[in-house]
Amino acid sequence: MILYVIAVGLSVTMGLMGFINLAHGVFAMAGGFILSYGMQRFGIPFPLGLILAFVLVALASIVLERLLYSRLYAAGELAQVLFTIGLIFASIAIARLVYGTGTAPVFLPDYLTGQVHILGRDFPAYRVFLILFSSILIVSLWLGVERTRWGAMVRAAVDHRAMAQSVGINTKLLFLLTFALGSGLAGLGGALGADILPVHWGYPLEHLVYFLIVVSIGGLGSLRGPFIAALLIGIADTACKYWIPELGAFLVYAATIGILLWRPQGLFGIRV
Amino acid sequence: MKAFRFAVFIALACASSAGFAQTVKIGFITSYSGLNGNLGPYMERAVRLYIKQHEKELPKGVKIELITRDDTGPNPDKAKQLAQELIVRERVNLLAGVIFTPNALAIAPLATEAKVPFVIMNAGTAVITTRSPYIARTSFTLWQSSYPLGTWAAKKFKTAYTLVSDFGPGHDSETAFTQAFTAGGGKVVANVRVPLQNPDWAAYMQRVKDAKPDALMVFIPAGKTATAVMKNFSDLGLDKAGIKLIGPGDITTEEELPVMGDVAIGATTVFHWSAAGDRPANKEFVALWKKEFGQNETPNFLSVGSWDGTALIFEAIKQQKGKLDPDKTMEIFKGWKNPNSPRGPISIDPETRDIIQPEYLREVRKVNGQLQNVELEMISPAVKDPWKELQKKK
Amino acid sequence: MSGYTVDPRIRWTEYLPWLIALAGFFLLPEYLALGARILIFILFALSLDLILGYGGIITLGHSAFFGLGAYTAGILSAKLGVTDNFVQMAAAAAAAALLGALTGAVILRTKALTLLMLTLAITAILLEVANKMSSLTGGADGLSGVVVDPILGLFRFDIFGKTAFLYCLVVLFLSWFVVRRIIYSPYGAMLTGIRENTARMHAIGAPVYWRLLVIYTISAMLAGIAGALLTQVNQFVGLNVLGFEVSGELLVMLILGGVGRLYGAFVGPAVYLVAQDYLAKQFPEYWYFGIGALLIVVVLFAPGGILGLMDKWLRPFKQKRSAKASAR
Repeated sequence: MILYVIAVGLSVTMGLMGFINLAHGVFAMAGGFILSYGMQRFGIPFPLGLILAFVLVALASIVLERLLYSRLYAAGELAQVLFTIGLIFASIAIARLVYGTGTAPVFLPDYLTGQVHILGRDFPAYRVFLILFSSILIVSLWLGVERTRWGAMVRAAVDHRAMAQSVGINTKLLFLLTFALGSGLAGLGGALGADILPVHWGYPLEHLVYFLIVVSIGGLGSLRGPFIAALLIGIADTACKYWIPELGAFLVYAATIGILLWRPQGLFGIRV
Repeated sequence: MKAFRFAVFIALACASSAGFAQTVKIGFITSYSGLNGNLGPYMERAVRLYIKQHEKELPKGVKIELITRDDTGPNPDKAKQLAQELIVRERVNLLAGVIFTPNALAIAPLATEAKVPFVIMNAGTAVITTRSPYIARTSFTLWQSSYPLGTWAAKKFKTAYTLVSDFGPGHDSETAFTQAFTAGGGKVVANVRVPLQNPDWAAYMQRVKDAKPDALMVFIPAGKTATAVMKNFSDLGLDKAGIKLIGPGDITTEEELPVMGDVAIGATTVFHWSAAGDRPANKEFVALWKKEFGQNETPNFLSVGSWDGTALIFEAIKQQKGKLDPDKTMEIFKGWKNPNSPRGPISIDPETRDIIQPEYLREVRKVNGQLQNVELEMISPAVKDPWKELQKKK
Repeated sequence: MSGYTVDPRIRWTEYLPWLIALAGFFLLPEYLALGARILIFILFALSLDLILGYGGIITLGHSAFFGLGAYTAGILSAKLGVTDNFVQMAAAAAAAALLGALTGAVILRTKALTLLMLTLAITAILLEVANKMSSLTGGADGLSGVVVDPILGLFRFDIFGKTAFLYCLVVLFLSWFVVRRIIYSPYGAMLTGIRENTARMHAIGAPVYWRLLVIYTISAMLAGIAGALLTQVNQFVGLNVLGFEVSGELLVMLILGGVGRLYGAFVGPAVYLVAQDYLAKQFPEYWYFGIGALLIVVVLFAPGGILGLMDKWLRPFKQKRSAKASAR
C-alpha cells in the first residue's frame, strides 16, 4: 500500500507530464528522513510530521524543477533516464554524508500500533490505517482531477500542450504545481511507509524497480491504475509468499512481464 | 689492521641495518561504498586502533603500512582484481579483511598461488577456510553460533520454525540449527528461505504465526533487515502469541538496537561477543573505542573480528621480527592463543585454521535506558566450527 | 555523429586505441588486472552502444546477457568440467544470443517506459533464478572452481594478468572489427534511420522490427562474450554480474564516452574505471556523488560525452582545414 502512495506521485509526474523520473524514490526517502528527524530531534507528533514531509518535499521539488528538470522536458527519454539516474546517485551520496549509513528510525504513535480486531481476525493496526488512508487519498485525487478546473487544465495540457497554452493556460506553472504535488505525495508516502520500508540512504535504488512496476502495470497518467496495481501486486505478492515461499519475488516479475506484454500501456493507461 | 676492522664494522652495520626499517604491508579489503558501505569503517577503525595501541610492542624498526581498498560490496570480480593488484603492485605481505563470502572465495586461489597469508576478519561461511592453506579466520562461522543455539533450544522448546535469508550464511545457519535441534529431541516445523531483497515480511510472519511453533529461529544479514524482521514480528503479534524469537547474534547487532526500539526486548541470541560483555578486556575495548571515536559510537562484531585479526598479525610480525615468511606465518597462526580477547579466550585451530571461541547466550534487555545484549551465560568456552567437526566424523 | 556518411576506410586515429593498449601492456605491467577489466567493459559498452546509440533502444537490463554469458562459461567449467576456453566462450555467446533473440522478439514491440520496465523485469527474474538455483550457480556465495585451460595450450592465466590482458585484447579486437563492419554498412545506415525517424522508416517499407531484433541479438551475444571473459579472467562468478548496478554503471560509462559513436565505448569505460580506481580509494563516500553529479552535468551540458566535447573543440580546426582545401 505504501507503494501506491509513492507510486501515484510517480504516475502523476510521469503520466501527466511525460517525464521519466526514476529519481522519484529520492523524494520518498526525503519524506521519510524529514519525519524521522522531526520526531526524534524536535519531538513533533506523527500527523504533523506527515504534513511537514509532504510540504517540505513539495517545496524542495519546486526548486529542483526550476533548476534542473525543466531543461529536460523536451530532451527525449534517454536524457531523462540518465539525468534522473544521476540524480539518484548524487542524492544517495548526499543522504549518506548528511545522515550516515544507519536507518532513520520511526516510532509510530501508540494509537496506530498493535492489532485491531475486524470480522473475527486480527490485523496489524497500522496496515489497516494505511489502506484507509490510501483509499481516501485516491478518492480526493480523483475528485481533484476529474471534477475541478485545475484537473481539467492539467488534462488539457497533457493532451496538447501547445493548444492549452494558446487557450491561455499557464502550462509552465501548471506543470510546476503538478510536479510538486507528485513529489509531495512521494514524500508523504516515504514518511508513512518508514515503519514498513525502512528509510536509509540506499532507499531510492532499493525500491526503484517496485515503484516502476506499480506505475507501468497501473498505467501512466492514470490515478486509479497505480492504486489497483499496488493492490493487486500487494495481494499477489503476499499470497505467493504465504503459500509458496520458495517462489519469493518471482511472481511479481513474471506478472509484470505478462501484463505488460498483454497491455503495454498498463491496465488503465492511455494508449500512446 | 685498521682497514680490516673498518671493513668488519661496515659489514656489521650493513647486516644490522638489514633489520632496520622493515615495513610490513597489509592489504586490507573491505566495503566502504555500496549498500553495505557502512560496515567497512567498523573494521578499519578496529585495525587502526589496535595498531595505535600496540605498535610499541613491535620489534625495533618495524612499521606497519595498512593499504585499504574498497570492494564496493559483494563483488567478487572486483575483490579479486583488487587483491591481485595489492599482491602484484603494492607487494603486500598479507591480505586481510573481507566482509562477504563470495569475495573471500574469489581471492582464495590468489592467496594460494602467490603464497600470501590471508586473515579473514568477517566473512562467516564455513567452507572459506578450506579453500586455501593460507587462510586463517578470526571472525566466526554461522555454525559456531547456530549449532549451540540449536542444542540449547532443544532443551527449552519442543518445536521451532526457521526463517533464514537465502544465501550461504543463511543456509549454514539453518542446517546447523536444524541438526542440533533435532539431535536434541526437538522438532523443526518448517524451514523457510527468504530472498535477500524482500520489502515485505508480513506474509512470512503470518505463516509462522499460523504454524504455532514454540520458537522462531531467524537469521538475516545484520543491519536494517534485522530491524524490519523485528518490527514485523511484533506488528503481527507473534510475541503476544507466545512465540519466542531466537537466533545467532547477527539479528541484534549493537548499531541496530536503538533503531529497533523496545520490540527487540526479550530476543534471545547466541553469539561470540556482545558490547555488554562483562570481561575486563571487553570493557577496556569498548571504552577505548568510545574514547577514540566518540561516546555515541559502539563497536560491533566486525570490529572485534578485525581487532583480534590484527592481534594475530602482530604475533606473526613479532615472532619473525618483521620479516614475514608465508609458511612460517601460517605456522605461527595455527598455534595462536589469545586469552585476553574482548570475547574471552580464543585460539586458532591448527587443523582448520579457523577460530575457536566461546559462545554466549544473550538476551536483549534495557539497561540504564539503553538496549543491550546482556550475556546470560557462557554456553561453551571453546567452540570449534561444528561443520568441520562433523565433516571429520564422516 | 554516426558513421554512414563517413568514409568507411580506417582513419589513422582508429589505430590509437590498440597502440595505447599495447603500450600499456609493456609499460604498465602492474596494472594489467585493471587493464583487463577495462577491456572487458569496453566490449560490454560496445554491445550496449549498438542498441542504444545506433538502435535507439533504451535498456537497463543489459546485464542480463552479460550475466548469462558469465554464468554459462562458469557453469560449463565448474559443474560440467568443460575447460576449453573457446568452447566456454562459444557456449556463452550462443546462450546470450538465444536469450537476446527470445526476449527481443517479445519486447521490441513495445516502447519507452514499457520497454525499460520489461528489460528490468527480465534481469530481475534472471537474478532470482541464479540466486535460487544455488546448486548450479553457487547462489549468493558465487561460483568458484572455474577452471580455464591455458589458451592455445600454451598461455596460462598468470597472477600478473598478462595472459588475461592479451586474451581480452584479442577478443575485443575481433568483436570491434565485426561491430565496425556492421556500422559502416547499409545495415548500419538503416539503424541510424530507425533511431532518428522510425515512422519514416516504416513508410519506406523497411522491416524495422526485424532489423532491430537482429541487432538486439548481436548485441546480446557480444555482451555474453564480455561476461564469459570476466568469468575466465577471474575464475569466479558472483551474483553481481546480474545486478542493476552493473547495468547502471555501464550506462554511465557509455554516456561519459559518448553514445552512438563507436569509440565512445572505448573512452567511457577507460576513463570511468581509471578514475574509480584512483578516486574511489581516496574518497569512497564521495564516489557516488561524483558519478551522479557528472551524469547530470553531462546530460545537461555535454550530451555527446567526452568525444562530443572533443568534437566541439576540434571543429574550428577541421573547418579551417577544409576551408583551406576547398580554397585551393
